[in-house]
Amino acid sequence: MDSIAESQRTLYPYVTGSSVVAIKYKDGILMASDMGGSYGSTLRYKSVERVKPIGKHSLIGASGEISDFQEIQRYLDELILTDNMWDDGNSLGPKEVHNYLTRVMYNRRNKFNPLWNSLVLGGVKNGQKYLGTVNMIGINYEDDHIATGLGNHLARPILRDEWHENLSFEEGVKLLEKCMRVLLYRDRSAVNKIQIAKMTEEGATMFPPFSLKTYWEFSAFKNPTVGAEGSW
Amino acid sequence: MFRNQYDTDVTTWSPAGRLFQVEYAMEAVKQGSAAIGLRSKTHVVLACVNKANSELSSHQKKIFKVDDHIGVAIAGLTADGRVLSRYMRSECINYNYTYESPLPVGRLVVQLADKAQVCTQRSWKRPYGVGLLVAGLDESGAHLYYNCPSGNYFEYQAFAIGSRSQAAKTYLERKFNNFTASSREDLIKDALIAARESLQGEKLTSSVCTIAVVGVGEPFHILDQETVQQLIDTFEIVREEETAPAEPEAAAEQDAATEQASGADQGGAGNQGGADQGGSPMDI
Repeated sequence: MDSIAESQRTLYPYVTGSSVVAIKYKDGILMASDMGGSYGSTLRYKSVERVKPIGKHSLIGASGEISDFQEIQRYLDELILTDNMWDDGNSLGPKEVHNYLTRVMYNRRNKFNPLWNSLVLGGVKNGQKYLGTVNMIGINYEDDHIATGLGNHLARPILRDEWHENLSFEEGVKLLEKCMRVLLYRDRSAVNKIQIAKMTEEGATMFPPFSLKTYWEFSAFKNPTVGAEGSW
Repeated sequence: MFRNQYDTDVTTWSPAGRLFQVEYAMEAVKQGSAAIGLRSKTHVVLACVNKANSELSSHQKKIFKVDDHIGVAIAGLTADGRVLSRYMRSECINYNYTYESPLPVGRLVVQLADKAQVCTQRSWKRPYGVGLLVAGLDESGAHLYYNCPSGNYFEYQAFAIGSRSQAAKTYLERKFNNFTASSREDLIKDALIAARESLQGEKLTSSVCTIAVVGVGEPFHILDQETVQQLIDTFEIVREEETAPAEPEAAAEQDAATEQASGADQGGAGNQGGADQGGSPMDI
C-alpha cells in the first residue's frame, strides 16, 4: 500500500458507465448496455461503447470507471495477442478470460488500488455457453443471466421470472429491451442509446445503436407521490 | 564420438557447425533405460523399463504425473528429469490458477523446449541430460511429444528412447498405422510388447516395466504392479500360442547345430534339453 503514492491510487470514479445486462439464449449470449458516460450527475458522453468482443469466443461488458475499462481492454488485447502468437490449435475461451480478469481484479483490490468496474464476461466455445461477472472487489460468479449495478435490482427480477433455456434470438432481444427500458425509466444515469451484442459459435456481432420507445403518460407517473405519506 | 578441441564449451561451434556438448547430452539420453510412448485418438500410453542398481535397491522412478491431463516418461539423467518435471508441474498449476483450465500440452512442450534451448546458449550452463516423452490430452485430442536436450521437440504417433530403444521402435514402426483407432487395451498391449522388445530376451515382468495411461475421461495415472502383471500374463499366453508352431523347428535346428553359441532363449533351452538327455550337442 505504501509503495503506491496516494495520488495514484483509485479513490473514486470520475467518468462512469451504468448497468450492463446479459443473458444466455439458444445460440449463445446476448449482452446489452447503454452508451452513456456520466461525469457525476452530468450525462456527458453519449457514444461510449461499453460492450466489446474479445478474441474469437468472448464478449466483455463494463460498468463503472471508463478509463479503467480502457485499461482492462489493453490487458485483454495483450492476453489475446500472446494467445494468438502461440499459433497452435488452442485459444482462450470465455471461462479462461473470466478467470484471468478475476485474478487481475482481486489482486488490484488487495493492493488497495482497484479497477473501478463491474465486468460481464460472456461467450461460446465448442458449443458451451458461458456467462459470468467479476467486480472491483474480486467477487465473481456465473449464471444464466447477469447484470451489474442497478441492473441487479431492476433487471434481474424480470429475468428471474421470464428467462428460460432456449430463448430464440428475437425473444432474447425483446427480453433485454424490456430490462433496458425499465433501467431507462428508473436509473438517472441511463441514456436512451442502446447497444446490443450477440456471441455465437460463429462469432461476435455488434448491432448498431438504437433508441427505445418510451411512454411517459402512465398515470403512475402523473402523481407519483400519491399514497406516500409525507412525500412531495 | 571422439574427443576433439571443440567440445569443451556448449558455446563453441565446431567447424562443421555442430555443438558437441549438446550432442553429448543426447548420448546421455541414449544410455538411459528405455522409455516408450504410443497414442491413439483418445488415449496415450507410456511404458518404461525400470532398472535397479542392485537387487537390494528400489527402482528408479521414470514416469511422473504432471497434471491430470499430462504425464511424462524420462530417459537419461533422472535427476535432471525430476527437476524438469517439477517445472512442468509448476507451469500447469499456475496456468490452472489463472485460467481455471488445463494447460494445453502443446504449449507446455514449447515452454520446456525453450527452457532447454537456453542451456545450449549460456557458457555457464550445461544442457539437460534427459529426454522426455510428454503424453497429454487437450482440446485438439491426444498428443505424444518428445523433448530433446537440444531444445527440439517433435510430435509422434509412437516413439521410444533410451538404450535398446531401436528394437522397440522397429516394432512400433510395423504397427503404428493401427494406433489411431486402437482401443485402450490394445494400446497397452502394444506398449508392453514394445517394452519386451527392448528387453532383448530378459523376462518381462511388472517389476521391470512400469505403465502409465492418460485418456479422455481418464486422468493420468500409473498402473499398479498387480494390474501390469495381470496384463503381461494375459499377453504372454497369447504370445506363447503364437510361437508354438515355431518350436519344433527350432528344436530340430538345435540338435543339428554343434558349435553355434546362440543367445536366444530357445537356443539356451535347447542346450539344456540336450544335457538332460545325457549329452549336449557340444559333447559330440
